[in-house]
Amino acid sequence: MSELNRRKFLKISAATVTVASGAAAFAKSPAAQTAPAKRAAKGVQRIPTYCDICFWKCGAIASVRDGVLWKVEGNPADPLSRGRLCPRGTGGVGAHFDPDRLKRPLIRRSDRGREVWAEVSWDEAFAYIANKMHAIKATYGPESVAMFAHGIGGNFLKHTLKAYGATNFAAPSFAQCRGPRDVGFKLTFGEDVGSPERTDIKNAQCLVLIGSHLGENMHNTQVQEFAEAVGHGATIIVADPRFSVAASKAKYYLPIKPGTDLALVLAWMNVIVAEGLYDKEYVAKYGFGFEQFAASIATYTPEWAYPETGIEPDIIRATAREMAKHKPATLVHPGRHAAWYGDDSQRSRAVALLNALLGSWGRKGGFYAPVSMSVPGYPYPAYPTSTKPKVDNPDGRYPFAHEAITTGIREATITGEPYPVKGWFVYATNLIHALPNEAETIKAIQNLDLLVVVDVIPSEIAGWADVVLPESVYLERYDDLNVEWFREPFVALRQPVVDAPDEQKPNWWMAKKLAETLGLAHYYPWKDIEEYLGHRLAGAGLSFDELKQKGIIPGAPQPIFFDEGAPAEFATPSGKIEFYSLQLQTAGFDPVPVYTRPAEPPPGAFRLISGRSPVHTFSRTQSNRVLSDMMDENEVWINADMARRMDLRSGDYVRLKNQDAVVSNRVRVKATERIRPDCVFMVHGFGHTSRGLKHAYQKGASDAHLITRYATDPLMGGTGMNVNFVTIEPEAAHG
Amino acid sequence: MARFGMVIDTVRCVGCMDCVVACKTENQVPEGFNRDWIAYDVKGTFPTLHMESRSERCNHCDNPPCVSCCPTSASHVHDVGGVVLVDYDKCIGCKGCVASCPYGARFIHPDGYADKCTFCIHRVEQGLQPACVAVCPTHCMHFGDLDDPNSDVSRLLASRNHHTLLPEAGTKPRIFYLT
Ligand code: SF4
Repeated sequence: MSELNRRKFLKISAATVTVASGAAAFAKSPAAQTAPAKRAAKGVQRIPTYCDICFWKCGAIASVRDGVLWKVEGNPADPLSRGRLCPRGTGGVGAHFDPDRLKRPLIRRSDRGREVWAEVSWDEAFAYIANKMHAIKATYGPESVAMFAHGIGGNFLKHTLKAYGATNFAAPSFAQCRGPRDVGFKLTFGEDVGSPERTDIKNAQCLVLIGSHLGENMHNTQVQEFAEAVGHGATIIVADPRFSVAASKAKYYLPIKPGTDLALVLAWMNVIVAEGLYDKEYVAKYGFGFEQFAASIATYTPEWAYPETGIEPDIIRATAREMAKHKPATLVHPGRHAAWYGDDSQRSRAVALLNALLGSWGRKGGFYAPVSMSVPGYPYPAYPTSTKPKVDNPDGRYPFAHEAITTGIREATITGEPYPVKGWFVYATNLIHALPNEAETIKAIQNLDLLVVVDVIPSEIAGWADVVLPESVYLERYDDLNVEWFREPFVALRQPVVDAPDEQKPNWWMAKKLAETLGLAHYYPWKDIEEYLGHRLAGAGLSFDELKQKGIIPGAPQPIFFDEGAPAEFATPSGKIEFYSLQLQTAGFDPVPVYTRPAEPPPGAFRLISGRSPVHTFSRTQSNRVLSDMMDENEVWINADMARRMDLRSGDYVRLKNQDAVVSNRVRVKATERIRPDCVFMVHGFGHTSRGLKHAYQKGASDAHLITRYATDPLMGGTGMNVNFVTIEPEAAHG
Repeated sequence: MARFGMVIDTVRCVGCMDCVVACKTENQVPEGFNRDWIAYDVKGTFPTLHMESRSERCNHCDNPPCVSCCPTSASHVHDVGGVVLVDYDKCIGCKGCVASCPYGARFIHPDGYADKCTFCIHRVEQGLQPACVAVCPTHCMHFGDLDDPNSDVSRLLASRNHHTLLPEAGTKPRIFYLT
């Protein structure tokens, strides 16, 4: 079976000739789409900046030819990209040329969600927002304006809102994504794995991927290091219900039953402890509560795990021994998106404990200790203080949430408890696709007096906004410095490469103008962002001019492994690696992870699981014409045998119907051997319903739309989203 | 005389399509078309599977049917590196070459001529690597002179197992896949 993307693509493009020709203006003559940049010069200029197609922030060099953006490449001086961007970053030019972009500020002129707008001036937009904010402050207090943000670009708006007195800020990256992982690791080692993850993949002799599809999940440095590890012959072990690309590189592929990862990890630990294969010296030196831990996992034998996971005891033993053989250069990857079943922080804690047994934390081929440069912030006046609690986690209901919970703010907005939330600012995060249960999000929105969305494209959440503020894309703006925590310290600059085509503005400009309109001008003592950046850099003894030229300034290397002199310190209550967690016990939770069996899909139904494509980021890139040419709709992966039984063929359109009778948009079948028969898989981010996204409108199906049910993690409020079951309905049944 | 070719390591390739995107932006390939693409070759039944991910494009064959069938000599073998190119001004868009290529590497550009991979000859002549090779985050792609025994590509072919696509077509392709 050979799946030729280009052929498939040609077939689709032939079928949609009218659409394609209507939108074709872009690639042929980008110049026609964009007013030539004011700085237009003949020939090719190369300007360094850093990427924003995802949050990895790779250093890039953009080429402008005769004043028109041409291409974006990796900056060889940048430790994240190492001179090579990922496909999304390479396709970043499409973000600038996207004809579906937001162009001017908009104010809603009809019911929420109807997408009826008036174009207004920036001044009108700010005046409207400021009036509403004054009214909310007078009636409810400034804490009743909350903000959801994703990425570094949100920093300035956050500053304005903090100056106003807001205290409730959250990002879906915690409760809907990496939060459970970070909590599990923090409970064990006292620190989370951060972003970029502190994984030393390139030096790993054995790499275990469980709940990670690196290679499809395209976090650039990690994928580069993964290929390096594969290239030097590291043993790869992959546990995944789907035969991922990573699985195709593996010595051991374990086709695990979805939702049973914890059983497998417990059994691996059981083998490693029972056979005395763990790093005894490391555990004795750094571990706390090992004896109690060992007793707690004594019953989790491979024979016990077999019926849970479907993985044969011999394979569990063989893979456990393989991990032990390469310790401490065995990296059990923590993954990233880990909000699946509601017990996810305990699952991640088990992954952390397995790494602890192998002695990989702080060791080469395991986890390094990230370092960073010291670049002081800009000195601002103090923010107003508040006596009110934050709304997202009342009374510490989720005692181990160390960041704010988006869905907690949403719930408070619905219930008005502990106090009403009346305003939302949403920066660069499409909450309709990012949060589970769209109906609850919409219910919360209906309680608001003000919803402001700042975005580059007309996302679904923008469709619900009262005011939409169009942001310039990263290639058209300055942003804050990226003072990264990584293997080596460095600071990176994002700077404008071309002008914004319409009236889009950078976030810093919006944040400053809004502060001025609110009477908070004194929180912006700087005239423009160049002054702000120059001041910060001067404080660190760095040259702004040099940074503009090079894009990256490296700092002095520092030790990142224990053996090299990185401090072996653990910010846990015991000051050690907590095999047994007294703080969990005190709070009424399992001090060592305990497995519970997930509910099975009813007969005839499949578990819905989702993941990433290497050519798209969340629901943000589907209208980027360069990236949509790589993949313009998602497919639902169905096991080939199951598909045959249902008389479905690859390319057929079907709809998915979940347990709550929610039906998806139509989506093509991918009948494949590469997935278990009990689940179906979709790439997240497709099935757009915003009419403004003309090119992406109703292409493929949205997994988020089908995620009406979610299981909340009692430790930290994460929303487990792999708990939805779907049946498959041929498209014809819907006429 | 150099004879340019590519060696692509399918063991490292993750099929991310960065090569396709880089070609598109470098060469301004129009919307709806691509000069290279990814193939996933899956063998076996779940869960005992083997999959090869590979980046495909014009093979710049030593025996190119697209050149021999061209009525206007628009399709030709370039004197640098033996790269198979199309002279867009001479091309009448008859599609003969599109049909003759067993790899499906050619398409008719919206401006009416046959188009395909050029091995980024404009970059190679400046001493750069083709855009797809230069961008690959997995470093799975190698470009060079197959006739130079000391080139990267020759050394890889000498030391690793490899295959070509459709060798039975007799086109003598110059893209090799390491396994
Ligand atoms: S990983 Fe890709 S999209 Fe993300 S910042 Fe790097 S190049 Fe850009």
